[in-house]
Formats: sequence, structure tokens, C-alpha cells
Amino acid sequence: MKTFKVLGSGCKSCQTLATMIEHEASRRGVEYELVKVTQPQDIMAYGVMKTPAAVLDGQVIHKGSVPSKEAVERWFD
Amino acid sequence: MFQVFTDLASWLVYDVLGFSPEQGFAAALHFFIEDTSKIFCLLAVMIYVIGFIRASLDVERVRDYLAGKNRFLGYVLGASFGSITPFCSCSSIPVFLGFTSAGIPLGITMAFLITSPLINEVAVLLLAGLLGWKFTTLYITVGISIGVLGGLFLDAIGAQRWLQPFVAKALEKGQAGLPTEVNQSSPLSARQRHQFAKQETSVIFQRVWKWVFIGVGLGAALHGFVPDGWIENHLGGGQWWSVPAAVLVGIPLYSNATGVIPVMESLIVNGLPIGTTLAFCMSTVAASFPEFVLLKQVMRWPLLVTLFAVLLTAFTLVGWLFNFIPTL
Repeated sequence: MKTFKVLGSGCKSCQTLATMIEHEASRRGVEYELVKVTQPQDIMAYGVMKTPAAVLDGQVIHKGSVPSKEAVERWFD
Repeated sequence: MFQVFTDLASWLVYDVLGFSPEQGFAAALHFFIEDTSKIFCLLAVMIYVIGFIRASLDVERVRDYLAGKNRFLGYVLGASFGSITPFCSCSSIPVFLGFTSAGIPLGITMAFLITSPLINEVAVLLLAGLLGWKFTTLYITVGISIGVLGGLFLDAIGAQRWLQPFVAKALEKGQAGLPTEVNQSSPLSARQRHQFAKQETSVIFQRVWKWVFIGVGLGAALHGFVPDGWIENHLGGGQWWSVPAAVLVGIPLYSNATGVIPVMESLIVNGLPIGTTLAFCMSTVAASFPEFVLLKQVMRWPLLVTLFAVLLTAFTLVGWLFNFIPTL
């Protein structure tokens, strides 16, 4: 099972990113876990300065923008 | 160069719609059409061009660059980078923490963060288009100076003791020289730059278009409906109290630079002294409660209050200074 984390203070772009992941997961019918990380302290621990960012199984895979749809699809491959 | 937008507005309002230039409503409409068309054209072209040029500049590179710099130069560089580095205001906390944990002194980080909302490419374009290059240069100089002096002051009083404990710890660790990760990014191709610039243009447009309408709408209302000479007669003398008053009025008003600049234009045209106008606009843009609520996560109250006081004092001084320099 893939574990995603969305890092960000809860701004609109972070919401969008979370929704994109949920959407793609349910389209594929795969099991996943999605955690929203909003505490600055926790975001800092990932060394991320630009939000929204996405973490997959402990690795930062994207930061600083809302990714393209294709990018999100690749995370599930 | 911008005459075409004036002509377009005159043609639409006076020829097509048949209003007469003496009507307040027509003057307001003329102002609105002229400014919105001008602003949208400027934005579309220039954001793309600037995006193309600065595609490779981002907060992470700036951090790595600033981390190794001489302290005094650091303030100036911090403030200058604040004015040209793109980042969304919702990222200001992570940026703050990223700088801090790289061991960059608080004052330099604050120089970056203070300048950032005051000066950005959209603001510069609008100012140049609406109020001319002289005023724009002045605005940029003042904005950067406030960042530099604000940063210097915060370090001089040892403001870092008022950081939240986890931030203070990160700063200490960074200054002890523990290695922070350095980003390796490869040079960008023209294609990547185009992609970035295109995305940047569309993102900025989506973010600012409503501000343009609101700002120009307010400016137009001032233009058409506030009786001629009212502002000039009541506030045109640059009475000393009008500057702090303008700063106070600006605090609860929260707007970004895009929304406030058309209002600025209208205020100046209507005879409000330049210092009072600057004070009002900078206060609207840079001193906002939502921003301060966010900063509470990384700063304790004494620091927040100090920062707020520094900003308000700076804007007031700027206002007085420019009101009393009559040549501008």
C-alpha cells in the first residue's frame, strides 16, 4: 500500500494536490493512505521550502506547485 | 506608448456609448476601461518575459546563495532577492524555516520576507505603466531600504530570542555549520523556460485578475465620484497627521500590490501627496493580519509586535519623508 503525504499549510493548492491523489487512487481502485502534514515543524523535517509538496513512502517526490495530472498518474505506476 | 489605451477608452465611452466627458460616471468608466485594458496587456506580455528570464531562480537557490554571504551584504542581497524571487505567500512559513535552518541570520531572512510582498514584477510593471519610471524607481528603492533597515534593526536588538523554541534551535544548528543539503539543479533549456513562463503567466493571471478589477474599480470610483479638489483641499497640504492616519487605515485593508496600485494612481492624480499615498499603499500590502496569524507559528508575541511596529514606523517615516521633499 502506498502512503502519501501532502505537505502544506492548508492553502488552496495543497487541497487541490490532495484531491488529485485521492481521485487517481479511486480511479485505479488501489488502496492507499493519505496524510496531510500542516505543522511547520513537520514540513521542515522534510527539508521542503516550497509548498504544496508530496511525499511518497518517505521520499519527497514533488514540491512547489500543483503537479500535472500525468505526474500524479506516474506516482501510482 | 500607452496612448492607444487612452484612445480605446475614449472611443468606447464617448463615441460608441455617447457619454460626455463632463459626466462623473463617464470619467469613471473611461478610467476603468483604460486601466484594465492597459494592465491586462502589460501583465500578459511582461509576466511571460520575466518568467522566461528568471525560470532558474527559486527560493532554494537563493537560500544556498545567501547562506554563505557576508553579513552586511546579506541584508541588501536578502531584500533584493525578496523583490525578485517568486513564491506564493502560503509558502512564506516554509521559506522562513528553510532560511533559518540554513543558519541565515533572522534579520536577513526578514529583509527577504518584508520586501517580498512590497515589490514584485507585477507591482513594478503596473507602477511603470501607470505612474512612470521615476516613481517606480523611487518605490523600489524605498521598498528595499525598508527591508534592509528592518532586518538590521531586528538583528541589532537581538530579536532572534523571540523565535518559537523549535525555530531557535534550528537556527542554532544551522549556524553551527551542520551541513544542509544543497540542491543540484541542472541548467534549463529554452523549452523548459517556455513551460515555466507559460505556467507562471497563467497562475499569476488567475491570482490577480480580480484584484485588477477591484483596484481599478475603486480607483475609478475615486476618479469619477469624489468631487474634484476634495482630496487636494483636505489632505493635499501633507498635514503631518495624515500620514500615520493613512498607515492605520491601510492595516485592516488587505490587498496585494496589484489591487492597490490603480488606487494609488487615482489618489495621486486627485492630489493626495505622494508620501501619504506611499504610506497608505505599503501598509495595505505589507501589514496584514492574516499574514501575522501565520507568522505566529514561528515567532513569539514580542517578535510579532516588534515586527509590526517596525513596519508601521517605517511606512510613516517614508510618508513624512516624501511629503517633505517637494521636488518629486
